[in-house]
Amino acid sequence: MSLPSQASQALESFTQARGWEQRARLLMQWGERLEPLADSEKTEANRVHGCESLVWLVARQQDGGWQFKASSDARLLRGLLAMLLVRVQGLASDELSALDLREWFTQLGLERQLSPSRSNGLHAVLQRMAELQRQAQ
Amino acid sequence: MFQPSPWRADFPAISALQRQHQTYLDSAATTQKPQALLDALNHYYSHGAANVHRAQHLPGALATQAFEGSRDKVAAWINAAQARQIVFTHGATSALNLLAYGLEWRFEAGDEIAVSALEHHANLLPWQQLAQRRNLKLVVLPVNQLGRIDLDQALQLIGPRTRLLAVSQLSNVLGTWQPLEPLLSHARAQGALTVVDGAQGVVHGRHDVQQLGCDFYVFSGHKLYGPEGVGVLYGRESALALLRHWQFGGEMVQQADYQSASFRPAPLGFEAGTPPIGAVIGLGAALDYLASLDADAIGRHEAALHQSLLRGLAEREGIRVLGAPQAALASFVIEGVHNADIAHLLTEQGVAVRAGHHCAMPLLKGLGLEGAIRVSLGLYSDGDDVQRFFEALDQGLELLR
Ligand SMILES: Cc1ncc(COP(=O)(O)O)c(C=O)c1O
Repeated sequence: MSLPSQASQALESFTQARGWEQRARLLMQWGERLEPLADSEKTEANRVHGCESLVWLVARQQDGGWQFKASSDARLLRGLLAMLLVRVQGLASDELSALDLREWFTQLGLERQLSPSRSNGLHAVLQRMAELQRQAQ
Repeated sequence: MFQPSPWRADFPAISALQRQHQTYLDSAATTQKPQALLDALNHYYSHGAANVHRAQHLPGALATQAFEGSRDKVAAWINAAQARQIVFTHGATSALNLLAYGLEWRFEAGDEIAVSALEHHANLLPWQQLAQRRNLKLVVLPVNQLGRIDLDQALQLIGPRTRLLAVSQLSNVLGTWQPLEPLLSHARAQGALTVVDGAQGVVHGRHDVQQLGCDFYVFSGHKLYGPEGVGVLYGRESALALLRHWQFGGEMVQQADYQSASFRPAPLGFEAGTPPIGAVIGLGAALDYLASLDADAIGRHEAALHQSLLRGLAEREGIRVLGAPQAALASFVIEGVHNADIAHLLTEQGVAVRAGHHCAMPLLKGLGLEGAIRVSLGLYSDGDDVQRFFEALDQGLELLR
């Protein structure tokens, strides 16, 4: 399965990044590009719990593919969400469930952000994504 | 800012963490352990574990002796008159739950329980849930700007309907000592039982439960350089006698029949099942170690480090420290910066601090905050730790701004 073009772009920039500062800068840049959520989408139902920050995840299926939107009030987490979305946007359910997201974040050098102990909540977002998918089946 | 800790080398994990480029500034969550504790655990497990209070055999007798020896050491550490006033629990949380169940029978609908607005969930939720079970009123004592319970208001709010007062000694979020003496004596005069959550307080300085005059005092081993899985409930003898048994099983029973049973008094009556024997022995070893140190020197060291921490925070623009911390820790937020972002960048740089609500959600909500960063110190912390934190903070802020 080939990478979506934004994902390969992200992968390239992250593999070239040296050190935590560059990685953090990249995360913030990618985070800026997240499509903003409308206030009407920032509902309790769309909130991902288990994060110290406010995080929303909106998902719908369109033409057989998943369309996600996500945001947070924390900047670096927005970056992490962006990294997630570039990888999963538009995937069909079977593609999404076959996808190893841990592997994806490892490739980006961001695997530590996935730890369940991390308060950033990326872990919780992934769980929520899997749950939404199960519900849709 | 060269402030070495003379005790640092006694804690092998500190240098192990250093090799992993980690600066540990989260001691209020849990502490690193002294070598003396590792040795005691190693000795116990490698010389023959055995269950306590049951077996006649030699390993059982030795384990029981060591276990009861720890009870004596805990009693001595907080100056309880008798070792039998020390009940081993699994932590501060389980000690507080024991109290909320063991004292439940004493409450009638409409009675009041007073807690402060800054309590850790462990000293809030057991009382809140008891209040719900029994239709009681939970009275919340307000906290002032400095982060201390507002005495004037508290003395008004604690009245003849107050059956119990539960407050912390040292706030885990604000680092403030609470005015226990006037609160406790007022509550006692009103006929209320008094519970002190010493989870943070017990770690800094020596405290005398008889002088404090509380009915109950609780803390956890793991914050006091001891192991997890063991906590302490101290009770005044007359107060312990008020407790109804709450967990049932082995060792807490006197006589058992199929249809009825009678139970032992404290402490064993409240230690149902096999206790955390290794952890209790380890806690005893940690206390032996602590007792061998110069308490004044520790006090001076911790105070000096705390001062440099506060000074560094005050020097930086846009930082708001919560309350006026007096010991051990400081929590802060930064104007225009999400604390999750700072936490992320500190973590990236190997600085281990805590971000979030610190198990005191109502307190943070009351301050209008979602969360805060907390830096906390132990006796092994040194000036370099604090400096590395500030360097990382500055780097992180530069990146974010
Ligand atoms: C003030 C206070 N009370 C109670 C507790 C609960 O301790 P434990 O989780 O060890 O039971 C803590 C721990 O963070 C605390 O800081």
